[in-house]
Amino acid sequence: MIEFEMPKPIAQQRYVLQTIAENMMRPVSRYFDEHEHEIPWDYINFMHMAMRATGAGSMAPSSEKKEGAETEEKKEKRPPIGYQMLAFMLEMLSWGDVGIYLCTPGGGLGAAAVEAAGTPEQKQKFLARFSEEKPVFAAMAMTEPHCGSDTSAIRTTAVLDRNTNEWVLNGEKIFVTAGHKALVESNGFVVVWATIDPSAGRAGIRSFVVEAGTPGVKVTKLEHKMGIRASDTASIVLQDARVPFENLLGSPEIQPDTSKGFKGAMATFDATRPLVAATGVGVARATLELVKELLAKQGIQIRYGLPRSKLTNIEREIIDMEVMLRSAWLLVLKAVWMADNRKPNPLEASMAKLRAGDIVTKITQRAVELMGPIGYSRDYLLEKWFRDAKITDIYEGTGQINRLVVARNILGYSGRELR
Amino acid sequence: MYSFEPTDEQKMLIDAVNRYALNDLRRKAHEADEGYGFPQEIIDKGWQLGVLQGSIPETYGGFGEHSALTGVLAAEEMSYGDLAGTLAVLTPALFALPILACGSEEQKKTYLPPIAEGGWQPYTAACIEPFFDFDLLEMRTIAEKKNGHYVLRGEKIYVPFANEARQFLVYANLEGRTQGFIVDPNTPGLIVGERQKTLGVNALPIYKVSLEDVIVPAERRLGGVNGCDLNPVFDLMRLAMAAMAVGVSRAAFEYSRDYAKEREVFGVKVAQKQAIAFMLAEMATEIEAIRLLTWEAAWMVDKKREEASKQAYLAHIGAVDMAMMVTDRAVQILGGHGYIREHPVELWMRNGRGFAMLTGLGII
Repeated sequence: MIEFEMPKPIAQQRYVLQTIAENMMRPVSRYFDEHEHEIPWDYINFMHMAMRATGAGSMAPSSEKKEGAETEEKKEKRPPIGYQMLAFMLEMLSWGDVGIYLCTPGGGLGAAAVEAAGTPEQKQKFLARFSEEKPVFAAMAMTEPHCGSDTSAIRTTAVLDRNTNEWVLNGEKIFVTAGHKALVESNGFVVVWATIDPSAGRAGIRSFVVEAGTPGVKVTKLEHKMGIRASDTASIVLQDARVPFENLLGSPEIQPDTSKGFKGAMATFDATRPLVAATGVGVARATLELVKELLAKQGIQIRYGLPRSKLTNIEREIIDMEVMLRSAWLLVLKAVWMADNRKPNPLEASMAKLRAGDIVTKITQRAVELMGPIGYSRDYLLEKWFRDAKITDIYEGTGQINRLVVARNILGYSGRELR
Repeated sequence: MYSFEPTDEQKMLIDAVNRYALNDLRRKAHEADEGYGFPQEIIDKGWQLGVLQGSIPETYGGFGEHSALTGVLAAEEMSYGDLAGTLAVLTPALFALPILACGSEEQKKTYLPPIAEGGWQPYTAACIEPFFDFDLLEMRTIAEKKNGHYVLRGEKIYVPFANEARQFLVYANLEGRTQGFIVDPNTPGLIVGERQKTLGVNALPIYKVSLEDVIVPAERRLGGVNGCDLNPVFDLMRLAMAAMAVGVSRAAFEYSRDYAKEREVFGVKVAQKQAIAFMLAEMATEIEAIRLLTWEAAWMVDKKREEASKQAYLAHIGAVDMAMMVTDRAVQILGGHGYIREHPVELWMRNGRGFAMLTGLGII
């Protein structure tokens, strides 16, 4: 049955998160925007404490935990809502401040990769740390100086040293979100994508868990960015960095005619793309709400139900924004609902991501224009959200890459048929 | 709980409507558009699917409960075949559903059973008016109370099957409030004008109707002597337009997608060019986004949520833009061939422009 009733646990969680967003994020939003590379420890420690108290470890919904709690679940016969909860959580925290949200301890994309591609032993080994006493971070290192979206062009190498049964990693990674917090500020890890056979192309790409403290791993640079300045974006150099054999996620065997290993790694995106889309929706909602509030202060209320020819330009803009916002959110919701129900969702995940990237940039850009000198001023957060929004259209697959994924899916084309 | 899975019953209905949409409506759509109408047997066949009858409770001769959500699913699927055909098949709903939603008990008992129990009959409604700023909430057709009855005065356009109508539901402005009036076609002063031709939906016979001091007995006011709140009816009209916009857009998207996979250009299929593939990707995304918006609004209407009216309005507004964007691109993807009437995409583009101004021509 088609239903749009918010489940109670989500409603409760949402209420709590809104309080956090309003009280711990918004008041320091501007400060951390203007003090790049300072770390919002108050928020981080609070969130870590709160997540420990509620038993939430890594940010990715753990399949292990689900199995453990199976008896309870069976008893209540509730369909799983882990990814839905997460999408709502990210939306609300990003409504608070997306830069600060990106500093939330827990696994982030790194843990999501372990969740998606790791064995039960690997999950146990790498994810347990998130519920320890101190906040821990994880990150995903994919982009290199010469390649971003084209992950098959990765040059970082992983060579197996058969004497010690260790992988030896060499290369340089850039744009690693939370890489500094994962490797320097906590006992975390970075999931590094590298090739185990440069001649095999995509088939040779694997991901490796590189833990904090691994010799030969160095954070070399923190980027200065247009927005999401509270979040660190690190460059990482790997110089003969050795990790145990079992830190490889998935299988080390290369099947030359398939890109199975690569595809397995790419499957992470089916889970993470709708979640990143959710963060964009959060920023868009914050923007739209503030614009309506500012309009209301000047006595302007939006009239719904009129034909367009009778609407003022402002009303028309706001109504269009509401359509964009809600429909993008519903795409997110459908994509995570599919993830929860173990339905393959690469098409829906990319649709959600590309639509969210589109609408959050449009909404924030129009909002700044509509609000005129107020919109452009740093007295309000609109100009900040304009800057924060843009990254949604870029990271976790640019709008163009997601269009490519959607196009391949609807046309039934392989990467070779539609380049 | 959230779920995006129709019930088994809804799936069966969608399947049945889909077969009709493709085998009957789509197959005849071109001819009907050029020849200004579908054969009556096609309309009858669509009627037998029971989309309206299944929305009317047994007490009033039907076999189900009204559900905006089910209506939205059926309307999308039928208009996937053809928009004008869908509007023709569902024309009796223009009369029946407002009575079901807002009519007095007596009106329901009088008017619904002959519709629900019979074959397709031209019960219709006169809603739209010939002004650029036509507004459901502020009509220029006036109803005045005089000597215990109502007097209607004004101009209506786009009234389907007006020339053979069994009954009209006429919308008019009564002291600033839009109200409905059930008008017998033989009432003096009700003049059915000539058939109208429009940019699209040519296969739907629509007429001008003038109301020159048409006298309507008080008990024929929709809802009885005190009238009724028509907002729930307008919600259903907006949802119908939104759902049909999704159906038409889906048709246009799929046709242009399949064409692009066949058509060769510079040694590859034209769909292998990102310029085309990205257009298709955006069309698919847009359709899915507005479909979900429409579903949610319909669900809210069924649950009588406070925000339902606003949501239905947003779904409609979104659908208007989506349909134009998608159908325009479908023509573009076919290039010159898209402009030729042998392909259906130009018809879908003409229909695609209609979803803003045809509100009142469809209801679910």
